[in-house]
Amino acid sequence: MSNSYDINANMPLIRLENIGMIYKIGDISYEVLKGINLAIENGEFVSIMGASGSGKSTLMNILGCLDKPTSGSYFLEGKDVSGLTSDELAEIRNKKIGFVFQGFNLIQRLSILENVMLPLYYSGYHSKDSEEMALKALKLVDLSDKGNKFPNQISGGEQQRVAIARAIVNDAPIIMADEPTGNLDSVRGADVMNFFEKINSERGATIILVTHDKHVADYAKRLITVKDGIILSLETVKKI
Amino acid sequence: MKRKRVKFAFFLDLESAYKTLLRNKIRSFLTILGIIIGVGSVIATIGIGQGASKAIQASINSMGSNMLIILPGSSSLGGINSGFGVLPTLTLNDVYAIRKLSSVKTDTAILGMPQQVIWRGNNWSTLINGADSTFPIVRKWPVAKGTFFTPQQVSSAANVAVIGNTAATELFGLINPIGHIIIIHSVPFTVIGLLSVKGFNAFGQDQDDIVVIPITTMMEKIAGTTWVHAIAVSAKTQKDTVAAQSQITALLRQRHHIPVNKPNDFFVRNLTEIAQAANSSAATFTILLASIAAVSLLVGGIGIMNIMLVSVTERTKEIGIRMAIGAKKSDILKQFLIESAVLSLFGGLLGIGLGFGISSAISAFSPLKTVVTAEPIIISVVFSLCVGIFFGFYPAFKASRMNPVEALRYE
Repeated sequence: MSNSYDINANMPLIRLENIGMIYKIGDISYEVLKGINLAIENGEFVSIMGASGSGKSTLMNILGCLDKPTSGSYFLEGKDVSGLTSDELAEIRNKKIGFVFQGFNLIQRLSILENVMLPLYYSGYHSKDSEEMALKALKLVDLSDKGNKFPNQISGGEQQRVAIARAIVNDAPIIMADEPTGNLDSVRGADVMNFFEKINSERGATIILVTHDKHVADYAKRLITVKDGIILSLETVKKI
Repeated sequence: MKRKRVKFAFFLDLESAYKTLLRNKIRSFLTILGIIIGVGSVIATIGIGQGASKAIQASINSMGSNMLIILPGSSSLGGINSGFGVLPTLTLNDVYAIRKLSSVKTDTAILGMPQQVIWRGNNWSTLINGADSTFPIVRKWPVAKGTFFTPQQVSSAANVAVIGNTAATELFGLINPIGHIIIIHSVPFTVIGLLSVKGFNAFGQDQDDIVVIPITTMMEKIAGTTWVHAIAVSAKTQKDTVAAQSQITALLRQRHHIPVNKPNDFFVRNLTEIAQAANSSAATFTILLASIAAVSLLVGGIGIMNIMLVSVTERTKEIGIRMAIGAKKSDILKQFLIESAVLSLFGGLLGIGLGFGISSAISAFSPLKTVVTAEPIIISVVFSLCVGIFFGFYPAFKASRMNPVEALRYE
């Protein structure tokens, strides 16, 4: 896999140093994150838990390079990304991070295949190559036969699997999932979670799962609990 | 893994824009209606203008080539000014002197008056024109049948006549008039030629309602005068018309012994100049109409901007998704710019159809024959494309500046 960022052997895949985030609405400022320190190693499956308002979504936006912290440093593969421009962050999101959202976030006008191809389009792949790669990703989530369908023609569980295919199509080392089972029933939710486990174990992708659901969080090997903008605990989940 | 830069990315963008717009056919159509009407009316008005100027050109050409008309002066007696052509100042000798000028190809004296023409039981009142043998050249008006009269027939004041098509039809019906004797003012004339059909002039007169006889015959046997109504001059080239005008003025002043401080006793009218003036006024009108039409193009552009703004807001979520998976600002900008460009280009193409429709409808249902050339088509398509990009820029820019976190949160 091509990689323009230097991997420092001593550095974890993700390291947050004293990350702070302050939102200003009018004259009032809200300190959403208060000095987060965190390291995530390559190939980990971690979940970030916390009640709504705990700051976990903000943390995930920063980890996912969708937002920039107000203070502190974020090292991704050893490179400080907290000061990058929005276009540089877009490139990181495109190549390094795959997103899976609660609401699936597929583009309704595009077919399943086109949705999965979209990240490749923004990284400049030839349409023939990207079609091949997208089909491969769809096969991984057992949806090879649904490529020509549109998002509103398939079930929610299938839509979320399409989102997973879209997240992995560019071979991104990090998959960020924000309440991926929130809109699904428990059977379909478990189905989707199994795919995350598969991606983690078979492809070695680092999975960062944000949820408030303990059952979902338990799929991870490490549990990070966030409360009031600070990390409350870091624990390793014991698999039975 | 090998990375290839997308070769056909632009076509993919076009295709995706096209698909997006097709999903909302009625809205897309209403959005581009302004452009359609704008482009259509620009093409139609320019077509009308060019048709009009062609018609003017044709009617000027039908008068004669590079033609100047010399008319006798007006008289001013006791403060009352008469019109042109009442003074008996132009003579046949003036005609022959003008013919020797370097800028002049040839000329003909003209002396016209309405007279009753009789053939057997039929009679018809028509214009009798006395002219020189050079008449067909000066007036660019060849005979269709028979011959025109010769210089010898002019100098001998022969009783020969060349008849215009309308006069011939009225008198002879379907009979070939050549060789028959007609009576004008109790004088018998042999018809030796039939003029080709000339049609109506710019003022709506039927130019074919005419009988042409030698100027000498006209002066001696019909009008009984020693002066002529007008001299029609054909300059060598269009450029020579100006030189001819000054040469003729100088010559006639000299021949008429006019002192330096006295006005001319004749007028020289340059028909080419009149033609050019008529043409330029037609062009001015065309530009005026086309500008009004262009305003509707502009209004159409604002319509596109309006809908694109709505579309950007509606698709905030999509913009957020695209940004999350790696779209840069320029990617989003490009996407919406291409969409508005495709919209306006479609408008432009449909507008061309409308313009053609209007133009051919006008050609079909009115005497004016419109002329649609490539220029206004190319200009209005390029212009509509520019309108789309210009007015699409602000919405696209707005889209590209969205914050991905907020855009993703939008429902």
